[in-house]
Amino acid sequence: MALLEVRDLSVSFARKGEPTVTAVDGISFDVQPGRTVGLVGESGCGKSVTSLAIMGLLPRRGTEVSGSVLFEGTDLLGLSQRDIEQRRGRDLGMVFQDPLSSLNPVVPIGLQVAEVIERHRGVPRRAAMSQARELLDRVGIPDPDRRLKEYSHQLSGGMRQRALIAMALACRPRLLIADEPTTALDVTIQAQILDLLTTLVADTGTALIMITHDLGVVAGMCDEVNVLYAGRVVERAERHELFAAPRHPYTAGLMASVPRLDSSGEQRLSPISGSVADNIPWEQGCAFCPRCSNALQLCGQATPEVEHTGDGRLLRCHNPVGEATPISVEGP
Amino acid sequence: MLRYTVRRLGQLVIVVAVLSILLFAWLRSLPGGPVSALLGNRATPESRAALIQQLGLDQPLYVQYWKFLQRAVSGNFGVSTGVQPGTPALEVFLQRMPATLELSALALLLAVAAGIPLGYFAARRRGSWLDNVSITWSLVGVAVPVFFLAFLLKYVFALELGALPVSGRHEAGINATEVTGFYILDGLLTREWDAAWDAFLHLILPAIALSTIPFSVIFRITRAAVLDVTEEDYVRTAHSKGLTERVIRARHILRNALLPVVTIIGLQTGALLSGAVLTEQVFNLPGLGQALSLGFQRQDFAVLQVVIIASAMVYVLVNLIVDLAYAAIDPRLRTR
Ligand SMILES: Nc1ncnc2c1ncn2[C@@H]1O[C@H](COP(=O)(O)OP(=O)(O)OP(=O)(O)O)[C@@H](O)[C@H]1O
Ligand SMILES: [Mg+2]
Repeated sequence: MALLEVRDLSVSFARKGEPTVTAVDGISFDVQPGRTVGLVGESGCGKSVTSLAIMGLLPRRGTEVSGSVLFEGTDLLGLSQRDIEQRRGRDLGMVFQDPLSSLNPVVPIGLQVAEVIERHRGVPRRAAMSQARELLDRVGIPDPDRRLKEYSHQLSGGMRQRALIAMALACRPRLLIADEPTTALDVTIQAQILDLLTTLVADTGTALIMITHDLGVVAGMCDEVNVLYAGRVVERAERHELFAAPRHPYTAGLMASVPRLDSSGEQRLSPISGSVADNIPWEQGCAFCPRCSNALQLCGQATPEVEHTGDGRLLRCHNPVGEATPISVEGP
Repeated sequence: MLRYTVRRLGQLVIVVAVLSILLFAWLRSLPGGPVSALLGNRATPESRAALIQQLGLDQPLYVQYWKFLQRAVSGNFGVSTGVQPGTPALEVFLQRMPATLELSALALLLAVAAGIPLGYFAARRRGSWLDNVSITWSLVGVAVPVFFLAFLLKYVFALELGALPVSGRHEAGINATEVTGFYILDGLLTREWDAAWDAFLHLILPAIALSTIPFSVIFRITRAAVLDVTEEDYVRTAHSKGLTERVIRARHILRNALLPVVTIIGLQTGALLSGAVLTEQVFNLPGLGQALSLGFQRQDFAVLQVVIIASAMVYVLVNLIVDLAYAAIDPRLRTR
């Protein structure tokens, strides 16, 4: 059984005087125990909203969440406030994008780690503190005894993210969600943090949802990848297969826009034209259609359905890359 | 932290020094000069001559200032001419200070004890009836002049309903031993419970009147700060760790939200004295506020001097305490 089964997850935000925004539009994916699953897509495609919905951290006011998030068979969306609180930090951990703003400036780092242990393990403060010390050591923070008593402003960016990883993994959750954990860091530090995450999840058998817009990160550490576009999964595949043969024009475009060391100097990068703002809603055809180089007339009229194309691959496209003739699909 | 405190105390000395020059200049710029100012108009030629001698008015200005400083440091500010004629100004000050301190402390306590929790809960239940009622009340609180509110409270609760005393610090004829001059404290110290209770009853209405403005300000700042902090990323992190609402509130929200509140409490404490002037008038409390307004009416410059210097010192001291409290909450200030 999958550790996490996200089924038809939709999230929309309604604000007074503004049209309702659908940020996530029927996303489904699985996470098997111990696997690293990538959620990839450009800014605004709903990656963070998806992760917050899984954690139950979306603002309650004006937010409509539907579908189900089965964690070991229990629907997290149906849990009471108390029950989901008990699972956060214990069964599910999360690491956020901006390590500076994600740490409380007026609480010592040590206590911010120890409080998770205190909460879920029911151990007294002193024992929690000594476990926190070991955790800081394990995530590679030098001189952990001193750092325990320090505050976030005294740590470097990389150390802050290490501390946040220590907090998220303190109670050995079975699932860790990392939402662009390296975007706010220097390039050299990025690699170190990704290494650390890879090692830690491998050591503890934690499943990881790696959220990123960086295909380099995906290539480096994900077992399988879900490519998101405008709130929907447009392609899913094992990492090797995805990189060997991307099927969705959007995935292919993402790959073409990543600089490669082995490409010749003359080969230009080909960024995808337009941006997510050009989106048309999924009801009137494919949302990627206006930006798609492979678009057919059909694409602007009928919304493509999800297709299973074998070996666990999944695709939502009328005219995939590398195919002679378009597949005919019944419109809804 | 220690160096910080010492530096701030140094600032206190500078403020008092500048103030002393201003007062010195002020006394000398008055019609008739400091002699008329300090002795009043009906002084005998002998006493005038004695004062000229004492103040060194026949000597150069810097000598005069030096003597002025010496007298001030030794607590000799002259003799009251209008507020309590014949009594040394410092004594007038010391007699009246407890009433004002008692009133201001209770008012501030009320403002803080009501403002911070209400501000917190109004923010957490934004849009609820509690929020709306508190916001309206705090708007009324800053808009209604203190003396009008004081008068209204007195009229309704003391004169019409007779629920609380009309004026003064004690019921006439109550048997109370004076120890410190703080009547509630005295009553507790001497175990004269009825006297302590009576003094407390006398303080309720004036303290409520005096507390409305600081309450309103503290309430609004707390509410806004809690709303801001609740949206912070680190509060989301705290939720992602599964912490209980109680821990998140106390450790992650309130501590951060208190920073602006502490600052505003300091500023409001400084403003309490001006509110006390009006409140003490309405409730006929023999405090510094009353001394200040009597002093201006009757041109009692000896008393005015002391009150002005003392309130400036209180203001600076309060701000020192605020800064220390700020540094105690915010490590970014301590470790720089
Ligand atoms: N609380 C909210 N209220 C209203 N709209 C929201 C809210 N949170 C997110 N959105 C909208 O949902 C959409 C998806 O946002 P999300 O943060 O999930 O994007 P993302 O894929 O994480 O992008 P990025 O790479 O920039 O982090 C955006 O259009 C955003 O404006
Ligand atoms: Mg995001």
